Amino acid sequence: METINDILYYYSQNAAYVWVQFYRHFLMSAYGVLFAAIVAIPAGILIARYTKLSTWVISLANIIQTIPALAMLAVLMLVMGLGTNTVVFSLFLYSLLPIIKNTYTGIRNVDHAILESGKAMGMTKFQVLLMVELPLAMSVIMAGLRTALVISIGIATIGTFIGAGGLGDIILRGTNVTDGTPIILAGAIPTALMAVLTDLIMAWLERKLAPIKKEKRRKRTRLGMRHGDGSYASFFGK
Amino acid sequence: MLKFEHVSKMYKGGKRAVDDLTLEIEKGEFICFIGPSGCGKTTTMKMINRLIEPTEGSIYINDVNIMDRDPVQLRREIGYVIQQIGLFPHMTIQENISLVLKLLKVPEEKRRVRAKELLTLVDLTPDYLEKYPHELSGGQQQRIGVLRALAADQPLILMDEPFGALDPITRDSLQEEFKKLQKKLEKTIVFVTHDMDEALKLADRIVIMRDGKIVQCDTPDEILRNPANEFVEEFIGKDRLVQARPNIQTVEQIMNPSPITITGDRTLSEAIQLMKQHRVDSLLVVDDRKVLQGFIDVEIIDQKRKKASLVRDIVEAELFTVEKQTLVRDTVRKILKIGMKYVPVVDDKHRLAGIVTRASLVDIVYDSIWGVDDMTKIG
Repeated sequence: METINDILYYYSQNAAYVWVQFYRHFLMSAYGVLFAAIVAIPAGILIARYTKLSTWVISLANIIQTIPALAMLAVLMLVMGLGTNTVVFSLFLYSLLPIIKNTYTGIRNVDHAILESGKAMGMTKFQVLLMVELPLAMSVIMAGLRTALVISIGIATIGTFIGAGGLGDIILRGTNVTDGTPIILAGAIPTALMAVLTDLIMAWLERKLAPIKKEKRRKRTRLGMRHGDGSYASFFGK
Repeated sequence: MLKFEHVSKMYKGGKRAVDDLTLEIEKGEFICFIGPSGCGKTTTMKMINRLIEPTEGSIYINDVNIMDRDPVQLRREIGYVIQQIGLFPHMTIQENISLVLKLLKVPEEKRRVRAKELLTLVDLTPDYLEKYPHELSGGQQQRIGVLRALAADQPLILMDEPFGALDPITRDSLQEEFKKLQKKLEKTIVFVTHDMDEALKLADRIVIMRDGKIVQCDTPDEILRNPANEFVEEFIGKDRLVQARPNIQTVEQIMNPSPITITGDRTLSEAIQLMKQHRVDSLLVVDDRKVLQGFIDVEIIDQKRKKASLVRDIVEAELFTVEKQTLVRDTVRKILKIGMKYVPVVDDKHRLAGIVTRASLVDIVYDSIWGVDDMTKIG
C-alpha cells in the first residue's frame, strides 16, 4: 500500500519529467520501427519475388536478432557515439526481422489462384502487387509491425545506459538509490502500459486492415444454411 | 479467329506438353479441350493469353501473332475463368466484375452501370454489387467469375474447368445458363474440361487430346458416332456410346409419318367418326397445304359441341411442335418434362410431317435393348 502511495507521490512531484521520458521513449521506438518498415517491407516484397534471396536475407535478420541488446548498444555506441540516434538505429535493426518475415509470409501466402486470375486479367506486375498482394497481405504485415513495436518498446528501456533517456532513465534512478522500489516501478509500469496499449491499438488496426472482415464472416456462418437454400431455389425457379 | 500453327511447348527436361498442335477456331465457336490429366489441354489454353509461352510454332488471334503483342494488353482483351474462381476477396462484387474495365481506365460511373447490367444476365439482384465474395455461395461466386470475364466485352474467353469445383446440381444449372448466355452473346469460347458429359453438352466442337497431340477434333455427335480410335472410345465410355445411339437420331427418323389429320372445314361429327375409325382421342388440324393449324380432341369437342359445328371453330392453336431435324434426345426430354402425349413434327414451313408419340419412344427403348443384345452376341 505504501509503495503505491510512494509511486503516486513520485508521479505528483515529477509529472512533467515522467511525461517527457514517456514521450521520448515512445518516439524512439516508433522511429526505429518506422525506419525499419521503410527498409524491411520492400525487402520482404523483394525476397517474396526472388525466393532464392529469402534464406539469405532472413538468416541475416535472424543473426541480428540474436545479438543481446546491451551488446548491440555497446558496439553501436563505439561507432555512433552516445545519444538517441544510436538507440533508434539499434531498434531499427531489431525490427527488421519481424517485419521482413511477415511481409514475406504475407505475400507468399496470397492464394495462387487469385494471383493467376489477376495476371490473366491483364494486370501488370506492379498492379498485381498494389491491387492484390499488398491488400491481402496487409494484416500479416501489420502483425509484423506490431511485434516489432512491442519489442522496441522493451528494448528502448536500456537506451538510458548510453544516455538516450526514456523511461529506462527512471528505472535506472530507482536502482541507484536505497529503497528505490517505488521509483523502479514508477518507470516500469508506464513502460509495460505503453507496450500493452500499443499492442491493443495495433491489433485493432490490423483487424481494420484485414481484407476479409471477421464480423461478417461470423454472421455468414450463422445464416449460411438459409443463404445457400435461397440460392438453390432461385436456380430452379428459372 | 484463333489459329494454332504447329505449336509445341517443351518443359525443362525435354517433356513435350504440347506437340505440334495445329488447329483453327472459328468466331463464335464453343471449343472444348478434353483429355486425361497431363495431356496438355490446360497448357494449350494458357498459351493463348501467354500465361505460358509456346516453345515452337505460332498462335494467331484475328491473324495477329500473339507474340507480337504486349502480353498485358493482350490479356485484357481475353476473358479468363478458372476452376478456383479466383475472385479477389478484398473487393466487392462490383469491383471484382469491373476490374478489367478499371485496368482499361473506364470511368467509375460507367463501370458501375456495366456491372449492374452484367448482373442481370445471371439473374442476380443489384444488391449483390456491394457484397464481398465470401458472402456468396460457390455457384454464385462462379457466376461472378464468368461475368468478370465478360465485363470488357472480350470476344474470346478462356475457361479452365470453370464448373469443376461445384456440386453436381449447381454445375448442371450453371452449364445450362452459360450455354444460353454464350448463344446470346456470340463469344468464342475455349473451354478446358475433363468431364465428357460437360463437353458433349456444351461444345460445338470437341478437341480430344492425349500426350500433347490432338486425337480427334469434331462435333459431339460426330465423335459419338465415329470415335477415331480405341482411346477415344474408351474415353467417351461404352455407356455413353450405347446411350448416344438413339440420341443422335433426328426426330424424322423415328416419327410416325402419317398422323391422323383433319381439315378445318369438316364438321364435328365427321371428326368424331374419324377418331372412332382410327381409335385415337385427338386429331391434328391442317389446312389444304398441310400447314399445321392446331389440334382438337374429344374433350374440346365435348365441351363446345353445342356452340359450334365446324372443326375450324373449335381448333386449339396452342400446340407444341418440333422440327424434323431436332435431335431425339431433346424431344424426349420435352415429352417427358412437359408431359405431352405426343409432339407433332413439322418442316421449316410449318407443314405437318409426322408425329412422335409415346409409342415411338417405346420403340426407341426396344431398339436400344436390341442394340445391346446385338453387341453382346457379336462381342
